[in-house]
Amino acid sequence: MAERVFVYVDHYQGEEVGASWEALTAARMIGESLKSEVTALVIGDGVRSLAEAAIQHGAKDAILRESPELKEFRPEPYADVVSQVLKEAGAAVLVLPTTGRTRELAALVGVDLETGVVTDAIAVEMDGEAVVVTRPIYAGKLLSKEVCREKRPQILLVRTRAFERPEPDAGRSGTIEVGVAALEAAATEIVGYKAAEGGVSLTDAAVIVSGGRGVSNNSRLTPPAEITDEKEQEVWRAQQGFELIRQLAEALGAAVGASRAAVDAGYVPYAYQVGQTGKVVSPDLYIACGISGAIQHLAGMRTSKTIVAINRDAEAPIFKLARFGVVGDLYDVVPALTSALKERLGK
Amino acid sequence: MNIVVCVKQTPDTAAAVAVENGKVTWGDAPLVLNPWDEFAVEQALRTKEAHGGTVTAISLGPDGAREALKQALAMGCDSAVLLQDTAFDGADTLVVAKALASAICKMESVDLVFFGRTSVDSDTGLTPAQAARYLTWPSLTLVAAVLGLDPSAKTIEVERMLEEGRQIVRSPLPAVVSVVKEIGEPRYPSFMGIRKASKAEIPTWSAADIGLTGPTAALTWPAVEAPPKVESRCEMITGDTPEAIAAALADRLVEEKVL
Ligand SMILES: Cc1cc2nc3c(=O)[nH]c(=O)nc-3n(C[C@H](O)[C@H](O)[C@H](O)COP(=O)(O)OP(=O)(O)OC[C@H]3O[C@@H](n4cnc5c(N)ncnc54)[C@H](O)[C@@H]3O)c2cc1C
Ligand SMILES: Nc1ncnc2c1ncn2[C@@H]1O[C@H](COP(=O)(O)O)[C@@H](O)[C@H]1O
Repeated sequence: MAERVFVYVDHYQGEEVGASWEALTAARMIGESLKSEVTALVIGDGVRSLAEAAIQHGAKDAILRESPELKEFRPEPYADVVSQVLKEAGAAVLVLPTTGRTRELAALVGVDLETGVVTDAIAVEMDGEAVVVTRPIYAGKLLSKEVCREKRPQILLVRTRAFERPEPDAGRSGTIEVGVAALEAAATEIVGYKAAEGGVSLTDAAVIVSGGRGVSNNSRLTPPAEITDEKEQEVWRAQQGFELIRQLAEALGAAVGASRAAVDAGYVPYAYQVGQTGKVVSPDLYIACGISGAIQHLAGMRTSKTIVAINRDAEAPIFKLARFGVVGDLYDVVPALTSALKERLGK
Repeated sequence: MNIVVCVKQTPDTAAAVAVENGKVTWGDAPLVLNPWDEFAVEQALRTKEAHGGTVTAISLGPDGAREALKQALAMGCDSAVLLQDTAFDGADTLVVAKALASAICKMESVDLVFFGRTSVDSDTGLTPAQAARYLTWPSLTLVAAVLGLDPSAKTIEVERMLEEGRQIVRSPLPAVVSVVKEIGEPRYPSFMGIRKASKAEIPTWSAADIGLTGPTAALTWPAVEAPPKVESRCEMITGDTPEAIAAALADRLVEEKVL
C-alpha cells in the first residue's frame, strides 16, 4: 500500500498561514521517497478556499472537514478530527508548519495515535521509510537527529523559513474530499480576541532590525525637563533611538525586534524580544543595533541568512556571527543607513 | 485548591554545551530550574495565595532533579515528588507526559496543573498539551494572564498569546495551563524558604507507584552533533563619515543580493 503523506494547513480564522506551504515543501520531499503524493488536510468553517490554495501550492488533493464547531480553533476538537482522518487513511507522515496552534494540535494527535512528534525540523532525510529529522536543541547550540521508527504516522513540525515556500499555480486542480467531522462539544469557550500591535510579524519577517540596550545610550540627547527620574530619562532616550530603528525597518519593510535587555528596561514590549526566551527568527537579513550578542540572544537569530551588526565596541561577540559589521555609534550609522538604502531601493 | 506545578531541571542557559563521545555535556556549568518553569511556580503560588490550597511540585528525572524541586520548595511550594524509574530512561515527551498525568491522577482531586512553556534543553513545548490529553482535561497553553478563577464554580478564564494577538478562553476546571513570561516575574526564594527546602523530604515514585508498566518512547535520537562551525568571516565596513560607511554597507548588501 502506498504510504500516504499529509500536510496540515494552518490558518487563523480562515486566513492562511503561509508557512503551511513551506511544510508542504517538506512533505513533498518526504513523499517523493515514499512514492506518495501529498494530501492537504484542511479543517475549519468556510475554509474550502484553503484546500484549493493547498492544491495550487503543490498538494495532489485535499481532505476538507468543516463544521460550525470548528470555526474557532480549539485544540481538542481539531485534534479529534485530525486523529480520526489520519487513522482512517493509514497515514505514514503528517507535516505541520509551526505556530502556537499547530504545536498544541500535533501534541494532542501524538497522544491520540500514540506516536512521536518532532518539533522545529530544519532538515529531513530518509532512512528507509523513516524520516530522520534534524532539529536544534539547547537553543541551537547543538543539532539533534530524531526519528520515529515504528509508530505511524510520523508527525513533524517544520520551523518557519527552513523550507522553500512554493509559488502557487492557479492552473493546478485536484479533488477535494469533503466529509463530516464527528465531534463532541468542546469544554472550552473562546470569549474574544485582542488584536496584536500593528507592524510586520517577527517570525514571518524576511528582514528584521533589532535594538538592544545600546539604543538608549546617547548623551547628546537631552530629555525634556519634566522627566527627572534617571530611569525614565533612559527610557525616553531609548524611544528616540527606537524611532531611528523603526525608520530603518520601514524603509526595508522589516519587522522591529529587540534584545531582552531592551525589553527588561522597558524600551519596548516583550512581544519584540528575540532570543531563547523570546521569539526564534530566521530572516534573510537581521540588523542588530546596540546588541552585544549574548548567547541567549544568538539562540533566537543565529540562523538568519545574513547578519549585520552595528555596535560601538569592536570586541562585541555579535561580530563573531555577523557577515557585515560596523563599529560605530548607532545614532550616526542607523539614520545614514536608512537614507542610503532608501536611495538604493528607489524610495 | 489542589495545585500542581511540573518542573524540569536543565543546564543553565549560559552553559557551553558540547558533544563528547556522542553525549551532551555542559562541563561544570550548574543545573538549574528550567527558567520557564520559574514562571509556572510563580503563578501556582499566586493562585494559592489568592484562593487557598496547596502547591505540589513534580519532576521526572534523575537524582539531580531534586535540586529543581528544592528550588520550587524554596520559592514556596508545599511539597514535592520526584518521578524516577529506569523505565523512564530514554523518555520522549509522550512518556514524560503520561507519567506526569498518571502521577497527577494518583494525587487527589487536583484542580489546576501549571507548566512552563518549554524546556530550554529539549525545547519541544509539547509536554503540557500532551499531559492534558492524557488527563482528558482542557489544554490552555501559552497563557499570559489569568483573568478569572472561580474555585466554587470550577471555572478559569485566561488570556493566551498567539502569534496574531491575545485570545481569551474560558474553561472548566480541572485544567492544564502552560504559562509564558508575561504572567509575571518569578519571586526569589526567601531565606526561610531555602532553609525549609534544604530539610524537606522528597518522596520518589516509581513507574509502578503511578500504575505504569514500562512506557515506551516513540522517538529515538540516533545522533547529536555540534552545528557546523561558522568561520568568523565578518567583513568590517569602514569609512570616514557615517554616510560613507552607510553607503558602503548598502552597496555590499545590494552586491551580495541580500536586498
Ligand atoms: C535564562 C536567560 C534567558 C535569556 N533570554 C534572552 C533572550 O531571549 N533574548 C535576549 O536578547 N537576551 C536574553 N537573555 C539576556 C542576555 O544574557 C543578555 O543580557 C542580553 O541579550 C543583553 O542585551 P543587549 O545586547 O541589548 O545588552 P548589552 O549586553 O548591555 O549590550 C549593549 C551593546 O550595545 C553597545 N552600544 C552601547 N551604546 C551604543 C551606541 N550608541 N551605538 C552602538 N552600540 C552601542 C555596547 O557596546 C554593547 O555591546 C537571557 C538571559 C538569561 C539568563
Ligand atoms: N521531566 C519533566 N518533569 C516535569 N515536568 C516537565 C518535564 N519535562 C517537561 N516538563 C514540563 O513541561 C514543560 C514543557 O517542556 P517541553 O515539552 O520539554 O518543552 C516544561 O516547562 C515543564 O513544565
